[in-house]
Amino acid sequence: MHPAYSVILFTTMSGAGYGLLIWLSALGLAGALPPTRTLGFFAFGLAFALIGGGLMSSTAHLGRPERAWRAFSQWRSSWLSREGVLAVASFVPAGLLAINWIFYESFSPALAWATIALSLATVYATGMIYQSLPTIRAWHNPLVTPIYLVLAIATGGVIALFFLRAAELQAARPSLVAIAMLLAAAALKWSYWTGIDSAQRTYTAGAATGLGQFGKVRMLISPHSTANYVMREMGYSVGRRHANKLRRTALWVGLIAPALLTALSLYAPAGTEIALALLAVAAMAFGIITERWLFFAEAEHVVNVYYGAEAA
Amino acid sequence: MTSLPQSTDKKLGLVIDLDTCVGCQACATSCKEWNTGGYSAPLSDIQPYGVDPQGTWLNRIHSYEIGEGSTSRTVHFPRSCLHCETPACVTVCPTGASYKRAEDGIVLVNPDTCIGCKLCSWACPYGAREYDYAEGVMRKCTLCVDRIYNEHIPEEDRIPACVRACPTGARHYGDLGDSESKVSKLVAERGGYALLPEMDYKPVNRYLPPRPRRDSNTASSDTPRPAEKPVSTGAAIERLFKFADKILSR
Ligand code: SF4
Ligand code: SF4
Repeated sequence: MHPAYSVILFTTMSGAGYGLLIWLSALGLAGALPPTRTLGFFAFGLAFALIGGGLMSSTAHLGRPERAWRAFSQWRSSWLSREGVLAVASFVPAGLLAINWIFYESFSPALAWATIALSLATVYATGMIYQSLPTIRAWHNPLVTPIYLVLAIATGGVIALFFLRAAELQAARPSLVAIAMLLAAAALKWSYWTGIDSAQRTYTAGAATGLGQFGKVRMLISPHSTANYVMREMGYSVGRRHANKLRRTALWVGLIAPALLTALSLYAPAGTEIALALLAVAAMAFGIITERWLFFAEAEHVVNVYYGAEAA
Repeated sequence: MTSLPQSTDKKLGLVIDLDTCVGCQACATSCKEWNTGGYSAPLSDIQPYGVDPQGTWLNRIHSYEIGEGSTSRTVHFPRSCLHCETPACVTVCPTGASYKRAEDGIVLVNPDTCIGCKLCSWACPYGAREYDYAEGVMRKCTLCVDRIYNEHIPEEDRIPACVRACPTGARHYGDLGDSESKVSKLVAERGGYALLPEMDYKPVNRYLPPRPRRDSNTASSDTPRPAEKPVSTGAAIERLFKFADKILSR
């Protein structure tokens, strides 16, 4: 699948934004983060900026962005519509939580729980947009949505730790949780890659045209001399060696390095923790964008078998 | 509404005969011509006379080679929307622009409400949806919904433009939900099949397989194959010709 930057940015940024909202709520509930004005302003500000920026970027993917409001209507059948509805709905408790936090320096557990629930639901819906498509084997995989969820929580956690360090608060336990999430994401991603590599590619040109019963089928003449929309959008494929290099980048730079840096910050001399936390955020951002690029670039659409692909 | 109808009164669709299709592109051309002025107009082209021309088409004709060597054959394969009974292209649509009609089963995109998110094209296994880059909306075969019920055109034209155009009569149109219809009988008689049934989209359109090949390689046994070489009689004159042939072909 063609890796569109608008969609890569949307899923990574809004994922991290919802993850950060989950962490701010959870840290508040655990009493690990007092509702102070400045911290609240920057932390919620960043979360909303990530989500809002992601949503803006996703509308850049649309042919008719001015009609985007229509996407709220089909939540009965469409995961994309559900995601839109949930994304907006989660702004209600999250916004109220932020207003209480920033203007009244007070914390409402009920709003925090609602924020956590709706944020998780939104990220779940994002994952299901992809996982529900039977046409793309690499996405129609039960690990896709769990990975979206764990990555959102892990990336939100790394950003939340930066705020804890900036406010010079206790970060030992939250660090352990974030490390566990990063390692869980790495393990899930690893087994996802192993899974898609060994999956049987059962769709062939013979099966897709129904002509396989008469012998091996290969495309002789393409319907068009230059790539059409279907080929541009669905025909993208990334070389095996290149993909392996990028997988290692995503895994080591995006997940394991931030975990190590977070672990290091627990023993680092006072004053250096914030630098380590910032470094962890930067490495993670780079690695996760790589991961998301690969998520699209490695996904093979079944339509390619009509266009000469061996199998999908 | 992008929820699918429980059932449709009719299952209008196409039956495409891969035996008689000659890959002439008449159906695709006629489709483009009709539909660029029809229900989902325009079907934009970008750089039509430039170095990298591309455009929105609702029907594409592939040609495949089947088998190997001297027994291989060429089969032309038109590909367009199959008006599936349970297609995810409809249910994934967030706006309701994609829908399946309860009365006749036609799958349509409303060009006035489509936001161009492209998700439906990802959900179609058959590559039947093409995005119109110039208009920012999704296009697909309408089964010429603006012809088949159109009382302003002569009755013989009230069939999809592709069916009307096909010079070999390889395309048939009708109600595949009615087992007594001409198309259903044709499918039954010729062993028509659906594409990728394992996807479970339940396509309505059917393809008729090419008939067994008939030529010197596969001719039936009651017509004896012509001998490859004349049997030698060993006569002196023949030996002389053989000798002359050998000399001359040095
Ligand atoms: S062929 Fe594709 S576009 Fe047409 S109904 Fe089936 S899934 Fe939808
Ligand atoms: S591109 Fe248009 S028709 Fe297709 S899913 Fe999006 S809104 Fe619906």
